[in-house]
Amino acid sequence: MANTDDQSQQQLDSKKPSDMAQYLSFTLGKEEYGVDILRVQEIRSWEPVSRIPNVPSYEKGVVNLRGAIVPIIDLRERFNLGHSHYTPLTVVVVLQAFIGGKPRVMGVVVDSVSNVIDIEKSSIQSAPDFGAKVSTEFINGLASFNERMVMLLDVNKLLKLEGVDNDEN
Amino acid sequence: MSIDMAQFHQIFFEESFEGLDIMESGLLNLDMGDVDAETINTIFRAAHSIKGGSGTFGFSSVADFTHAMETLLDEMRDGRRKVSQSAVDVLLGSVDCLREMLSAIQDEKILDEEKVTEHKKALDTELDGTDNAASLPVQPSQAIVLNNGNAGWRIAFSPHTDLLKTGNDPVRMFRELAELGKIDIAVDLQGVPGLYELDPEECHLSWQITVHGDIPRSEIDDIFDWVEEHCDLAVQGIEQTTQASSQAFDEQPQSAAIEATPTASAIPPPITNESHQNEKVNADKTPSVGKSSASIRVDTAKIDTLINMVGELVITQSMLSLIGEHFDLNKLDQLKNGLAQLERHTRELQESVMNIRMLPISFVFSRFPRLVHDLSSKLDKKIELQLIGEHTEVDKTVVELISDPLVHLVRNSLDHGIETPDERISAGKQETGTVTLEAYHRGGNIVIEVSDDGRGLDKDKLRAKALEKGLIQDDAVLSDKQTYELIFMPGFSTAEQLTDVSGRGVGMDVVRRNIQSLGGNIDIVSQLGQGSTMAIYLPLTLAILDGQSVAVGDETYIIPLGSIIESINVTERMINRVAGKGETFRLRQEYLPIIRMHEIFSVPNAKATKLTEGLLVVVEGQGIRCGLFVDDLLTQQQVVVKSLEANYRQVEGISGATILGDGSVALILDIPGLVRLSNH
Repeated sequence: MANTDDQSQQQLDSKKPSDMAQYLSFTLGKEEYGVDILRVQEIRSWEPVSRIPNVPSYEKGVVNLRGAIVPIIDLRERFNLGHSHYTPLTVVVVLQAFIGGKPRVMGVVVDSVSNVIDIEKSSIQSAPDFGAKVSTEFINGLASFNERMVMLLDVNKLLKLEGVDNDEN
Repeated sequence: MSIDMAQFHQIFFEESFEGLDIMESGLLNLDMGDVDAETINTIFRAAHSIKGGSGTFGFSSVADFTHAMETLLDEMRDGRRKVSQSAVDVLLGSVDCLREMLSAIQDEKILDEEKVTEHKKALDTELDGTDNAASLPVQPSQAIVLNNGNAGWRIAFSPHTDLLKTGNDPVRMFRELAELGKIDIAVDLQGVPGLYELDPEECHLSWQITVHGDIPRSEIDDIFDWVEEHCDLAVQGIEQTTQASSQAFDEQPQSAAIEATPTASAIPPPITNESHQNEKVNADKTPSVGKSSASIRVDTAKIDTLINMVGELVITQSMLSLIGEHFDLNKLDQLKNGLAQLERHTRELQESVMNIRMLPISFVFSRFPRLVHDLSSKLDKKIELQLIGEHTEVDKTVVELISDPLVHLVRNSLDHGIETPDERISAGKQETGTVTLEAYHRGGNIVIEVSDDGRGLDKDKLRAKALEKGLIQDDAVLSDKQTYELIFMPGFSTAEQLTDVSGRGVGMDVVRRNIQSLGGNIDIVSQLGQGSTMAIYLPLTLAILDGQSVAVGDETYIIPLGSIIESINVTERMINRVAGKGETFRLRQEYLPIIRMHEIFSVPNAKATKLTEGLLVVVEGQGIRCGLFVDDLLTQQQVVVKSLEANYRQVEGISGATILGDGSVALILDIPGLVRLSNH
């Protein structure tokens, strides 16, 4: 697994860090999403999880990540994009967030990781409001890269759990 | 400008609380008849450091309060005052008050001023009491005591050059003086050497200070208390009209006169100023200590063992990698030996790391002498406390959580257990009752026993009470043990009169629940008229658990071994359905509910779906028994408990998780939670 943090740091140094932001892009079905690369801890392949009873179905279970118990969330199911079929090629992106003042580590299942992309901060547009039809609560903004639209996700919001973090803002 | 003191606050508080503990235990050990001078000295020293510290950090209310205590102790120390029970009680009360003041400052909370004033008053009354009785001059060595409506004091203060090295700062002293009244300060720069000879760490200045106002001499002395040995000091009273100036003052040339304000920043030598600035910069860089950072004091011997262990491990590791580098089959034996060594070292390392979290139970026990002392006088009983096995070690978490239940049990023993002296004598016992706290290890548990030689539990009375409260049926047949356990029922209280000492029967059920939540249990043995013993059994640590792994479908769960009673295969005849739905099975005389694990956790691919195909694990949690239906029993093993909540959430029916030998995660079942879940 490549240490993405170091690479991003080097690349950031060569450009003007204040104007550019780096995102890790991945796909879910035909859609492309991006997360702030500094929030990515590592990228792993799918491994069987231990199921947790009586929780929403997108919370797949927990795995042992070097001694820590880390939950795995299926983003397809989280975004209502249908079920995924897990193969050894399925990718889990391990993300870090600060929720309620505490660090939290969580893995998200995605179809595939595509790229590390540089996006000018000024070119990010805010997510359009689709009303109640489409939930845009996790989307921080939209950007285009190679003529494609990338939805940039807010990791802190993404890693919030139903019934646990609802009270916090 | 001053040094940023906040960085030292945490240390000051820790030290002060320790000092208070020393004072408390010293005071409790004071024997009225034969007073040990060293004990009083120890108490005095503790009070003195708290006073000094609080003065330095600017907690003047604490300093003032401690000063009164210190004066009282000082008189006791010099033999000018007899050590009386009343004085000791006042001092004990003051220790409590001081503790509250300090915690209030630490937590930045509002302090109950009235209470402080009350204690201060009690101290002052106690102090005045002797001033009349033994009217010795407070400081006979001091020649000048002019204290009748004088207009102020003239102080000639010439510190020795090493004053600053002792950690004293004249500015702080002047600031304190300025609080007493208006002050004029004149500095004498004559002693300052040329720049080349100047040692920045020495003090070459001397001062003439005039404090205006009607101020007791003692307050002036207090301020200079710490530097007495490091300076030449002359204090003289000024009469109402400041005409007569003493010789000492005339000799001093008035080279520079500076009007001092409470922020007397211009006064100290510039060099010290600079060095303070440096410190300030440093202080700003390091963030101030977190207020409630949980810390633990570890015996250095334990750390040394640990370091030793790690050394061994490193040696083993390098040996193994050497074998691995040029491996051939001849070295197989060496490899096996190396691996065995590695295993042993790892286990030892694990043990010694766990050992670091172990604290002696005396951390909990130490508070009881005071409790017994206070309560026995409140209850008019004569009670002696015995502590046995104080050095028994137990996990820090257990220590923290066990103390409240234990206080409750001891209070109960004192209040309900031990009789009044009259009752005891008429029962043919010694006038003084004994309460014993004993701790010892048994197996993987620590046992803490609270026993008294009081009246014991009256089975008939317990039964009558339970009937009256409707807790049991008229015709209930109860064993002795079951009868005693009635006191753990919610809403049960045997005291005929409720006192403010032990509660209203809300206590014991909470005590038991707390102990059970720690994975322990509580037992009662009692003999009417002879006393009773409550034994608490607790696991030594909460970080490692003896577990039984069970298989349900593809999942593995861990059941805490302590909650398993037995595992059985049921036959069709043992199973009953209540109202066609809830399943129960008969185990000897009892009907127990069945919880099907694969249903309650919706596990797919369960191998056993018919009750007769799988196993029923009979478990008990918080007094409720039930049968957990699982596919199979796997192994019994020690598991390291990991938190699910750290990155995830609390899950009902699950108390934590652990990592199995193959690296996969297994969930640890929480029996009471499972029962709650199945009732939904």
